[in-house]
Amino acid sequence: MKYLAKDDSKCIQCGTCESICSKTYYKEDNYEKSCIVVKKDGKPEINVCNQCGECIDICPVIAIKRDKQGIVRINKKICVGCFMCVGFCPQLSMRQHDDYIEPFKCIACGLCAKECPTGAIYIAERSDDEAKEMNLDQVFNR
Amino acid sequence: MDIKRIKEGHKLLAEYKYELGTIERGYTNRTLYVNISDNTIASKAVTPMMKEKFVGGKGFGLWYLWNATTPSTKWDDPENEIVIAGGPACGITQYAGAGKSLVCSLSPLTDIPIDSNVGGFFGPLLKFSGWDALEIQGKAEKDVIVVIDGNKGLVTIEEAPYEAVDGHILGEQLTEMYADNEDDKRNVSVVTAGSGAEHTRMGLLNFSFYDPRRKVTRLKQAGRGGIGTVFRNKKIKALVVKFSNVKGDLNNAYDQAVINKTGIKYHREIHDLDHLQNNMRKIGTANIIEVMDEYDLLPVMNFQYGSHPDTEKIKSTVFIEKYITQGVQDGCWYGCSMSCAKAADCFKLKTGPYKGQRVTVDGPEYENAAGLGSNCGIFDPEAILELNFYCDTYGIDTISFGTATAFAMECYERGIINKEITGGLELKFGNFETAVELLHQMSRGEGFGTVVGQGVHRMKKLFVEKYGADPDFLFDIGMEQKGLEYSEYVSKESLAQQGGYGFTNKGPQHDEAWLIFMDMVNNQLPTFEDKAEALHYFPMFRTWFGLYGFCKLPWNDIVPADNKYTDEPAKVPEHVQNYLDVVYGVTGKRLSTEDMIRESERVYNFQKIFNIRMGKGLRKNDKAPYRSMGPVTKEEYESRQERYDNQLKEIGYNPEGKTTEEKIKVLREYREDQYEKLMDAVYKRRGWNSNGVPTIEYLKELGMDLPELIEVVKDLQ
Ligand code: SF4
Ligand code: SF4
Ligand code: SF4
Repeated sequence: MKYLAKDDSKCIQCGTCESICSKTYYKEDNYEKSCIVVKKDGKPEINVCNQCGECIDICPVIAIKRDKQGIVRINKKICVGCFMCVGFCPQLSMRQHDDYIEPFKCIACGLCAKECPTGAIYIAERSDDEAKEMNLDQVFNR
Repeated sequence: MDIKRIKEGHKLLAEYKYELGTIERGYTNRTLYVNISDNTIASKAVTPMMKEKFVGGKGFGLWYLWNATTPSTKWDDPENEIVIAGGPACGITQYAGAGKSLVCSLSPLTDIPIDSNVGGFFGPLLKFSGWDALEIQGKAEKDVIVVIDGNKGLVTIEEAPYEAVDGHILGEQLTEMYADNEDDKRNVSVVTAGSGAEHTRMGLLNFSFYDPRRKVTRLKQAGRGGIGTVFRNKKIKALVVKFSNVKGDLNNAYDQAVINKTGIKYHREIHDLDHLQNNMRKIGTANIIEVMDEYDLLPVMNFQYGSHPDTEKIKSTVFIEKYITQGVQDGCWYGCSMSCAKAADCFKLKTGPYKGQRVTVDGPEYENAAGLGSNCGIFDPEAILELNFYCDTYGIDTISFGTATAFAMECYERGIINKEITGGLELKFGNFETAVELLHQMSRGEGFGTVVGQGVHRMKKLFVEKYGADPDFLFDIGMEQKGLEYSEYVSKESLAQQGGYGFTNKGPQHDEAWLIFMDMVNNQLPTFEDKAEALHYFPMFRTWFGLYGFCKLPWNDIVPADNKYTDEPAKVPEHVQNYLDVVYGVTGKRLSTEDMIRESERVYNFQKIFNIRMGKGLRKNDKAPYRSMGPVTKEEYESRQERYDNQLKEIGYNPEGKTTEEKIKVLREYREDQYEKLMDAVYKRRGWNSNGVPTIEYLKELGMDLPELIEVVKDLQ
């Protein structure tokens, strides 16, 4: 599966990634509307979804699914805005802003990685076996 | 028969087109009135007075019921109503447990108003379809369904002859019939009863929601008080609501951001702490089976005992490991991260009309495991699941069924009734085959099952009048009050909980107060005043959930990590604040904790006066069976002899050399006296006189000195 990998030690807290992300998806330069978040005080820490898939099983309407590339995506049309996925993301990378009634997350598009001056973020691949969601057909014997 | 053919059998009786309307701060400001006698359908305005004094949910239900009935109305009169209302917070998706419907009606068991708090999607979808409440009156000639299409703005009453009656099939049939496709199924919710509701007084209503992972229609129960019996008596087969565009902001909240923030904080708390606390996400309320056993609170064999060595076989881990599907999102409305609506999948039935079929069983909840299991002496998880399934699909309340069956079993074992009377049924504790046969008889409307289905109150009368039983003894062991069966906790060692059960409006049900741990285990209520304060605060606080459309469980089935360091851990102050914040977010009303209690006091006292109006709201109606207070029989006393002997010593009576009978008598006098004293203290705290009647002064203080209420209480001051 494809995901946005990170190396905190290379991050210089410039905020370029946040700016690119929010401008791309929400037409606004506002880090609160970015899927990737960088801690600005103290040691750098980049927070971004690693496509683990835990949120998939949390969603009551199955609005969250993994696509063919292995990216975990939200179908905002059917999302009912419960924000359980936000509360249950193990690393708090599912994002929410009160201007919208659906959450948002990184889809590993890689636009930010292209602009990162130090290479602290980059698109990587890891084994599909690491996916955390359950197999419903197996669970329900279908 | 296929769905198309079933649908073709419908005959349209009435049709009503309406404007879709808007929701403002949680209210649609309209009620849908449907009369199935003359097939009128109308829109009624929700008035500012109603919102101010009754808030919504159960408040609206009781208000409509009051206006629809008279002191002489019986449960099966056409003018009796079934009112379903969600409350202003019902339908928000961010805070756990905000999809509840409150159902009110005059009860066939108690002849007074009953209210029931139920999950499933009906309440929220009803609101999104444009209605704060659905008020159903009248009686149809043939089986009908009422269909509300919240996308088209269309309500119909239709004769529906071919649909099944049993809940699990009817729910599936109508979900399939009214959904456009598989994805649309979650936009349909169905209310049904079941075949057993037709032949008993303890019928329940199933409220459905579609589970997109299991691909089955799940059923949540408005269980208590026989509303399903009223439903079938009115010849309603089902109610259907459809609304296809659910989003997270449809309540049109005053401040959505506050709701989001509070909701996400709570989701995170569940994520971090549930597995360290109650495991609600794994097993729901059944997590306490073994805890209750450990504290001698699990009803065993008609509440004679509080624990049993075989509880081991039905403890929560057995269900988690062998039966309940783990890791599936199980909220009974969107956004419930507590997710306690558990289910056993692919469960193979061993008896009855569906024998051999594999079904999804909704449950077991604690009450089912205790009522259908230990209280009937049944310690077999598969027996519990099977009884649970049949109760639901037949539309029978598991609690009333469990407590009534346990009573009948004790009567049988003591020779008060025999095989001739039971029609050959060996009604012994632990006999699953007999228990499940009673249920099948209730469904078919035959045999001793229909006798048990009348409830403990009417069984007592029958056994005395027809079979010469001792009325005093039956009064002692028959666990009912006001006609309603006790729910499944042994209250013998907690005076506060005896009051928690005994001084309720609708009958002995723990949804008003559950004080056993505070009182008995943690000894936080040492004086009568302390107990009275708790028996004021908690019933009022818990009434409030039903005004707004909330579920009680997310309040204290998890607590914040630092809760124990707060001033009043039993109240879970942070969660109370969450509720006040969410209600502010929805309605714009900034309530204090005092305002919150006040809102409840208004509705609580209204219900109290409603009871008085119906002839059952006075002190004499709060008398409780002695089984709820102490050991009735020798065996009960001797099984916990040390405990009881010690209590006798504490009250200055030397048990040495006394017979058990003598000791029982002294203990009983003491405990009954304590109960009376508690009653005095609680009535005073609740603003009532010693006869249990709200004083006019207090009603004025509450702003509930409505002329129609004063009329009922003025001669009882
Ligand atoms: S949002 Fe969180 S839970 Fe969902 S895939 Fe990303 S890291 Fe995993
Ligand atoms: S917020 Fe939307 S995507 Fe997230 S769990 Fe709720 S419905 Fe699913
Ligand atoms: S806690 Fe359980 S009963 Fe309450 S709303 Fe959530 S799933 Fe439903």
